[in-house]
Amino acid sequence: MFELLGIPPQALFGQVLLGLINGSFYAVLSLGLAVIFGLLNIINFAHGALYMMGAFVSWMLLTYLGIPFWFALVISPLVVGALGMVIERTMLRPLHELDHLYSLLLTFGLTLVITGVFQNFYGVSGKPYPIPAALTGVMNLGFMFLPIYRGFIIVMAVIVCFATWFLIEKTRLGSYLRAATENPEMVSAFGINVPLLVTLTYGFGVALSAFAGVLAAPVYSVNPVMGNDLIIVVFAVIVIGGMGSIMGAIIGGFSLGLVEGLTKVFYPEASTTIIFIIMALVLLFKPSGIFGREV
Amino acid sequence: MTHTIEKSQADTPGPETQAMLEVQGLNGWYGESHVLHDVNLTVNKGEVVTLLGRNGAGKTTTLKAIMGLLKSRSGSIRFNGTELIDLPARDIARLGIGYVPDDRGIFGSLSVLENLLLPPKVADGGFDLPAIYELFPNLEERLDSYGNKLSGGEQQMLSIARILRTGALFVLMDEPTEGLAPVIIHQIGHTVRRLKKAGFTILLVEQNFHFARELADRHYIVQEGKVVDQFRNDEIADNLEKIQGYLGI
Repeated sequence: MFELLGIPPQALFGQVLLGLINGSFYAVLSLGLAVIFGLLNIINFAHGALYMMGAFVSWMLLTYLGIPFWFALVISPLVVGALGMVIERTMLRPLHELDHLYSLLLTFGLTLVITGVFQNFYGVSGKPYPIPAALTGVMNLGFMFLPIYRGFIIVMAVIVCFATWFLIEKTRLGSYLRAATENPEMVSAFGINVPLLVTLTYGFGVALSAFAGVLAAPVYSVNPVMGNDLIIVVFAVIVIGGMGSIMGAIIGGFSLGLVEGLTKVFYPEASTTIIFIIMALVLLFKPSGIFGREV
Repeated sequence: MTHTIEKSQADTPGPETQAMLEVQGLNGWYGESHVLHDVNLTVNKGEVVTLLGRNGAGKTTTLKAIMGLLKSRSGSIRFNGTELIDLPARDIARLGIGYVPDDRGIFGSLSVLENLLLPPKVADGGFDLPAIYELFPNLEERLDSYGNKLSGGEQQMLSIARILRTGALFVLMDEPTEGLAPVIIHQIGHTVRRLKKAGFTILLVEQNFHFARELADRHYIVQEGKVVDQFRNDEIADNLEKIQGYLGI
């Protein structure tokens, strides 16, 4: 096999894979943020905490009720998504008329509360969550060994991203959503229940973060602060991709994960800052983001 | 495919039959400022009625108040007997009122077809797509274009066309001729006449008095948030100076 700049291919592909896995989480999480930002104009700071809840609900289902991963993959997003809808109805809606800063502060406060409650009960050390039996083991791809569960994460993230893109860009419900993003008053003048649409959209965005949390449970340790570091990177991703842009979130998520992985190979010192450097550059040259519309 | 524009002509009632919309003592506010003052007006089934008046007289606001888009309003708005004053816009639309706003309300990020299909059906008997394309042939050629790529005239036609699909037989139309070329204005006038023939009832806001005069059964003059006068179309010739005085033309 070839060697690139003295890097053995195994190390290179390993980091590419890791980058794609991180990118999968960036993509699914920033997709949820983009969907929420598009319609509600809310920067959902609680996204990381809700991602953590997704992982924890999945852990609780297994630990307390013996419900396996495959069911958690559906149940956990539903439970956390329902909680999201309650948050929207009871807390975010009254702030709707006020400056966006208020909803940002509220969701930031929620993050602290949710994280604090989980720390109180579970501490900060991680809870183990086993990889489902059907997805254990590795696959020999010829040029590298792929842990099956890691491949599964990437495949699931791609499927969920595509399904969400399809739902929003190609269906009737999606056209309501895009129209309400543009002009909610006009949409309500056609007889469409915009407040309900808003609640469902927030619930859907939150469910996406919980889904990412369930996927993360077997690879990252399930702990109350697992969302904290991730969410900062995800915010950088949506700024780079373009606030509220579905395509920007998806492509931005995967490619920035990849860039991060490659940086780890070629210049490891910059691997934790590269995304923020790109963010700064994008803000300098195209402030609305790569896929964002100019305002 | 079965519905054609002429089909419902037979059951078009005479204009005098019954009040479809009755507005009584309507007041409206934008924040602190009181913009509508005891507006009274009636639109009978099958009529085309205009609100005439100068810029800023309160015509658009009156339509918004009827549609439920003016949040702060009081008085009475009855549509086919149902009181609308406390209903949100979405419920008002569901009763069968279509709204063609002055900015046309086209969604720029949706295609023409998506714009057309967006408003849900609120009653049976709306136009099907072939009937809409017959009325607005230009739209059929641009189905895949995005709303923000359309000309002003095309946007106006789309704004009217998408209401026709819903089955709403009462349409609030806000200055459909504003900023359009004479040939397009002519086409829109033609459309309004065909809709009237097809049994639609239309409350039309207009600044273009000549356009209004050729289409409407009756006219209300709006000034400073009040209805100050009204004329049947056949009374216009005798009151021309007075009306021109109101409108400043």
